[in-house]
Amino acid sequence: MNSQENITIFINGTKYQTQNGQSIMQAADHLGYSIPRLCYHPQLSVEGACRICIVEIEGMKEFQASCSYPIQDGMRIHTNTTELRQARRDILELILDNHPLDCHTCPKNGNCELQRLANILGIEERHFEGERKQYPIDDSSPAIIRNPNNCILCGRCVRVCSETQQIHAIGYAHRGFKTVVMPSYNQAFDKSVCINCGQCINICPTAAFTEKKQTDEVIRILNNKDNITIAQIAPSVRIAIGESFGIESGHNFQQELTAALKALGFDYVFDTQFGADMTIMEEAAELAERYFKGENLPLITSCCPSWVKTAEQFHPDLLPHLSSCRSPMAMLASLTKGYLAKKNHWDLTKVVNIAITPCTAKKFESSREELFLEKDIRCIDYALTTREISWIIKSSGIDLSRMKGQDFDNPMGISSGAASIVGTSGGVIEATLRTFCEKYLDSALPPLQYHESRTTKGIKEATIVINDKKINIAVANGLKSTHSLMDEIRRQKKHYDFVEIMACPGGCIGGGGQPYAASLNFFDQEKILQKRSQALYAIDSSINIHKSHENPAVQQLYKEFLGTPLSELANKLLHTQYSQKIPCGIIPKEVIYDINHSK
Amino acid sequence: MDHSVTPQYKIILCWGSSCQKLSSKSILDRIHQKIDELKMGNNVDIILSGCLGMCSKGPILIINPGYYIYGKITPEIVGEIIEKHINQNKATAAYLIEEDHLFNRFYRIFGDVKFYGRQMRIALRNCGIIDPESIDDYLSVRGYESLAKSLALFTPNQVINEIKASGLRGRGGAGFPTGYKWELTAQEKSSEKFIICNADEGDPGAFMDRNAIESDPHTIIEGMIIGAYAVGAQNGIIYTRAEYPLAIDRLHIAINQAKEHGFLGNNILGTNFSFNIEIRQGAGAFICGEETALIHSLEGKRGVPRTRPPYPATKGLFNKPTVVNNVETWANIPVIIQEGAAWFSSIGTKNSKGTKVFAVAGSVINTGLVEVPMGTTLKEIIFDICGGLPDNKTLKAVQIGGPSGGCLTKDHLDIQVDYESFAEIGTIMGSGGMIVIDNKSCMVKLARFFLEFSQSQSCGKCTPCREGTKRMLEILERITTGNGKPEDIQKLLRLGNTIKKTALCGLGKSAPNPVISTITHFRNEYEEHINEKKCATNDCSALIVYEINDACTGCSACIRICPTKAISGIKKNKHQINQNLCIKCGDCFDICAFKGITRR
Repeated sequence: MNSQENITIFINGTKYQTQNGQSIMQAADHLGYSIPRLCYHPQLSVEGACRICIVEIEGMKEFQASCSYPIQDGMRIHTNTTELRQARRDILELILDNHPLDCHTCPKNGNCELQRLANILGIEERHFEGERKQYPIDDSSPAIIRNPNNCILCGRCVRVCSETQQIHAIGYAHRGFKTVVMPSYNQAFDKSVCINCGQCINICPTAAFTEKKQTDEVIRILNNKDNITIAQIAPSVRIAIGESFGIESGHNFQQELTAALKALGFDYVFDTQFGADMTIMEEAAELAERYFKGENLPLITSCCPSWVKTAEQFHPDLLPHLSSCRSPMAMLASLTKGYLAKKNHWDLTKVVNIAITPCTAKKFESSREELFLEKDIRCIDYALTTREISWIIKSSGIDLSRMKGQDFDNPMGISSGAASIVGTSGGVIEATLRTFCEKYLDSALPPLQYHESRTTKGIKEATIVINDKKINIAVANGLKSTHSLMDEIRRQKKHYDFVEIMACPGGCIGGGGQPYAASLNFFDQEKILQKRSQALYAIDSSINIHKSHENPAVQQLYKEFLGTPLSELANKLLHTQYSQKIPCGIIPKEVIYDINHSK
Repeated sequence: MDHSVTPQYKIILCWGSSCQKLSSKSILDRIHQKIDELKMGNNVDIILSGCLGMCSKGPILIINPGYYIYGKITPEIVGEIIEKHINQNKATAAYLIEEDHLFNRFYRIFGDVKFYGRQMRIALRNCGIIDPESIDDYLSVRGYESLAKSLALFTPNQVINEIKASGLRGRGGAGFPTGYKWELTAQEKSSEKFIICNADEGDPGAFMDRNAIESDPHTIIEGMIIGAYAVGAQNGIIYTRAEYPLAIDRLHIAINQAKEHGFLGNNILGTNFSFNIEIRQGAGAFICGEETALIHSLEGKRGVPRTRPPYPATKGLFNKPTVVNNVETWANIPVIIQEGAAWFSSIGTKNSKGTKVFAVAGSVINTGLVEVPMGTTLKEIIFDICGGLPDNKTLKAVQIGGPSGGCLTKDHLDIQVDYESFAEIGTIMGSGGMIVIDNKSCMVKLARFFLEFSQSQSCGKCTPCREGTKRMLEILERITTGNGKPEDIQKLLRLGNTIKKTALCGLGKSAPNPVISTITHFRNEYEEHINEKKCATNDCSALIVYEINDACTGCSACIRICPTKAISGIKKNKHQINQNLCIKCGDCFDICAFKGITRR
């Protein structure tokens, strides 16, 4: 039967016409029924493991999982019989009976799907309590804490890591009641191939994965008045933080957030977008150098720390293609300690850089020795996620939405519109090209006309033609398509000049540190990324300075201190290099790289 | 051996694991020695067969011509048997297995022995008759004739129609009609299709598939080739347990022989049809016998089942259309093609055609493998073929279908073996395990045993099975150790029904069957365990209480043997047992010469 065809189904006795080729759950969703679910996630393959979404189909002896069972013409489905309600509750009780009874002390308290489901299904008593799992908590990673005791084995994290990211850092081990999700050989998380993207945190219905919190240390530092505390706010934080306070996504809280941080006791609040303008300046210069020489093309962006670790582990042969530019966060931090502190004669041991980011991997990035100012002096001292700063603000009794807005501090508070869009997929490449085209090709960047790559799924491509120059670009978000793109670059199947990679779906706006989805409704969740992206482009068009090289603060900095992009000083403070990391564990076949072959 | 002379005698020695354990190996040495002594080497052919099924009478030795079946052979007596039978042409009556002499009306004559005489051997038709390692032997019993017939006379569709018309249903447990399954795969348009033989036999005590392979590997291979021709597959895989080394050896030998003879490989028998078979060994997970888990395992993934649909017939191995059938199913295929669908469908009941092999174990005289036509009653199997219960014990229950099946009582003995009638009374055919339980066994403990197995073999993917069977087992452990609560029976039924209706795969769905069926038929035993903390059969050791009665003479033998120093007392005075220290080992009860200890 044609999947486009309309067929008739009955849900709870009501007749509906709906498109064939859907699962029962999909059809029911569109018709306004919300069948309870746990292991299902629209971004991922269907697992059918939790059995919460069972329905009754007339003529069948057993209940079927609606997430996986396809609708058929004339099918009579029941979603809410007494027996079904009982079975669903029994299954949820079974999950709860092997789950810690510590909701009030759990980091996911209030954001937990399991908690909400228990409420929705009306679990009031426990009937089957017995042995409960007890595993050690793995907090070895600088970014992510793995607590298998909270795990309900829905497998979403395993699927997001293997399907969306193709990193395969975690998988199932052992069997039956003893099944547990862990890195290969149960090695410590920091030794595993995990790239710290934090997508497992975002997708986990409970708190089996959470970010490594630095909130208590930051509060202690803020309360010690000897410290010179410097905050910086990433573009994607300001347009998502409202969600933590119950406000619809896409609202720009830049000024309120600045005011809140000041109220918390930060001495300076700078804009990571200033750092982004610097990254764009340097990267455009780097692109120009390589483009005109025709060397090491394509230039591949390196702002994303998850992507950098991926490249070091799985694509070390392509490391020379990576831009040597540090990320916007790292550049700004390097400049505050390497330039501002010196200019103002601050005691470097008292200067504390705290980055507010949408990202869990920034915690890992800040610990990289390549980015230290000097031996034992970090540029970034702490990286807080959007969720962490939201909690600090809430717990300090500050109502973000009613804060009287304030501007960023100067000089690192002025930014161009180009800098705001680096938070969304395609933004870094667009912002860099705006500067590259004007500065090095003497022409404005024509509107980018993307099309889906014909050879690699999930890749956007475009070709820019200026006079006799052609620039081929490609953009990837999510690492699955990235791996295939790297393979294509390796085999030189298609020539690219400039490639942008962001590890998280949608770019930084979909980072592993962003507010948890507030509802169980996945339709809303899909829209969230869209709204966040639109908000960033709205900021871009609202700022008069449209390109990074037009930012007066940036011009001033080069004039006063750095000289030109790629100068010796710029190289020292704003650039770095990467080296191959041999990962411990199993390398998936799709991304395996033959080290001997490259020699 | 000199093949220019046709040997007059064929000695078949059972090489099944039970007989091997009972010194088959030294018997073989002795046979060789004796034959050398008699200088009869050219006149005797020795075959090591797969399990002959009659394990309780093992080791078994058959001498042909005439199918003289000798039982309980030892290295000491085998020399005498050979001497008399082969040298003097006289059968040694003392060691012959002769029970009722029945007229054997079945497909292939197999001895005038009641155990075999009442059976009907189709899947196991060559078991004990041919040398499993010789393709010539297989050819001599019309082997590969069905393949030739299919290729020469039938279109693939006609083969499918023949199998459909035969009414053959999957012997792995669920009983899906084989012909329809093939048709689904045949209709799929795909450049690549697979044939899988599921030989991952995992039920405790079941060894039908192992025996079928060990005694007649070519039948399975021939069945698979015919299946491949019918559905258009290019590659076949036999997925077998690594714990079956003899079966794997014999499959390798058979595949190589079939290749040499042009039955496997490119352009089979000169036609355009090509097909290859590989062997893959499982790593021991019970769940890998479930077809989707088996496919995952073959793909190199974790052996866990996935939701169906899509079924493997349309999306199987590497997402290609795949036919997965059990060993016993494949073994039936060549016979159906050879003898015709009409003949096959004349055997059995309305909806279940042909025969079924059962592994009968437990409290029964003739334990072993039994192949009977569908429609045979349980009574016939247990009492007529297997000789009933030993030592005048009475039958209490029959567990069918292993850990996935349910318990039947003596009221069900007239039930006919068939898929529907089993389903009606809450059990399943399963792969064919049958355990006979006498009145000395505790049904709660039995349920606990099977659930323990299912629970330990749960893959951990779906919630009801992973968490639910664990909770059910905890409740059963509680009941059998005297800590049961009045609401426990209700809880077991509630959990059991939820698991049955909601688990992802067949293993999960059927795991509660032993518990639910024992509660249905033996609820009083559960109540006794819970309310009176008593196990009438004394099977649950934790519920036994040992007490010293007035017959005690104070001899102190029990004090000396008690491993936990639970017994105290002065010599020549009545002793006492400290119940808190007693571990119910029963040593005191056994050693007391004066019946001074009561067990209750």
